[in-house]
Amino acid sequence: MDDVYSRAGNDADPPYLSPDYMGTRTRSPKRPLILIPQTLSEITGPVYGHSDVKAEEADLTIHHASEPLGERIIVKGRVLDEGGRPVPNTLVEIWQCNAAGRYHHAVDQHDAPLDPNFTGAGRCVTDAAGNYKFVSIKPGAYPWRNHPNAWRPAHIHLSLFGPSFLTRLVTQMYFPGDPLFAFDPIFNSVPDPKARERMICQFDLEATKPEWALGYNFDIVLRGSKATPGDPDHA
Amino acid sequence: MPERTPSQTVGPYLHIGLTQGAYGAREIFGATVAEAGMPGARIRIVGRILDGEGNLVPDALVEIWQADHQGRYAHPADGRALSSNSFRGFGRCPTDKDGGFAFDTVKPGSVPGPGGTTQAPHINVGVLSRGLLKRLFTRIYFAGEPANAADPILALVPADRRDTLIAKADAGKPGHFRFDIRLQGGNETVFFDA
Ligand SMILES: [Fe+3]
Repeated sequence: MDDVYSRAGNDADPPYLSPDYMGTRTRSPKRPLILIPQTLSEITGPVYGHSDVKAEEADLTIHHASEPLGERIIVKGRVLDEGGRPVPNTLVEIWQCNAAGRYHHAVDQHDAPLDPNFTGAGRCVTDAAGNYKFVSIKPGAYPWRNHPNAWRPAHIHLSLFGPSFLTRLVTQMYFPGDPLFAFDPIFNSVPDPKARERMICQFDLEATKPEWALGYNFDIVLRGSKATPGDPDHA
Repeated sequence: MPERTPSQTVGPYLHIGLTQGAYGAREIFGATVAEAGMPGARIRIVGRILDGEGNLVPDALVEIWQADHQGRYAHPADGRALSSNSFRGFGRCPTDKDGGFAFDTVKPGSVPGPGGTTQAPHINVGVLSRGLLKRLFTRIYFAGEPANAADPILALVPADRRDTLIAKADAGKPGHFRFDIRLQGGNETVFFDA
């Protein structure tokens, strides 16, 4: 059985051990991974679609008594694979801190206010052309204890499935021009600077709603199946 | 052609977005992969995750993906009919303060393998956590399963490490299996790349 999914893009990912990110030191495997063929168990994967998700779950600002504080944003884009094909009907789950940089989570001890009108979770399913869209507020930067004076650049966590067990992706979306990029071991765990740029969304004036919210575009590219003979792009 | 979006850690606050039941929201999936009444032998898989210093990992997420009791996947790439339309084959469980996780499911059947081979009953496992910049991928096999001897994937694993992939029957608890995951160090679990 030949591999269905390409390995060519795997080097975009960070290595397991990235010593500047302290948590990787005791949690990264030391033995080499064992390469296995892509069997039926790997080329299949969970299928969740529109019937599982309600439309209002894509708006993180409407689930409480009033609206959350912060800069209202629209985050939208397309989910594609490496062949440029849209990934339709795939679940996208997001979570983030509030505008002050505090997560609605028992473990988060940052001395910044919680917002009673913001939980910070959303989900949606891509449409037939791979489009997704969320409404939220811009997350704040927050401190962590990785090293002295460590702050995470503002980010939204994203989780996607794609069509198989091998296309699963958990990543973080960052905002343009953040002064914290140079100091963040998680952002910089990605070795290729060009690949790092692909985690930064773009301000999008077309997606911006007058008198209401700033728009950002963020396309997400999942691991793709290899071009099959007969495809026009199969060189 | 567009290039891959890199992986990043799920971080310590994954529960807000991925196990939403903890925050009062409706959960799409949890640790029960097969409801009562699903055809097949009911099993419970219980385990813990440990780091390279032997510490329990209280902030990980374990995801499992499996075939039904006949070895069929609820996915279009497996064209065979399922015995139940409500079987989806996917489960998700965050580790607790003691690094523990547990799944309730049915034992999967044998699955077709490469080159006309047959894979022994197994469950694909993904591990996400703070300190993991990308998912770890392993498999659960079952102790005492005769088909393990001919499994084409186990055959790729050095013999002295295969045991890390075998869930052990819990004596005195029928259908209960134990599967611990060691992220690093002595007796490190075998992790795969496919
Ligand atoms: Fe975060």
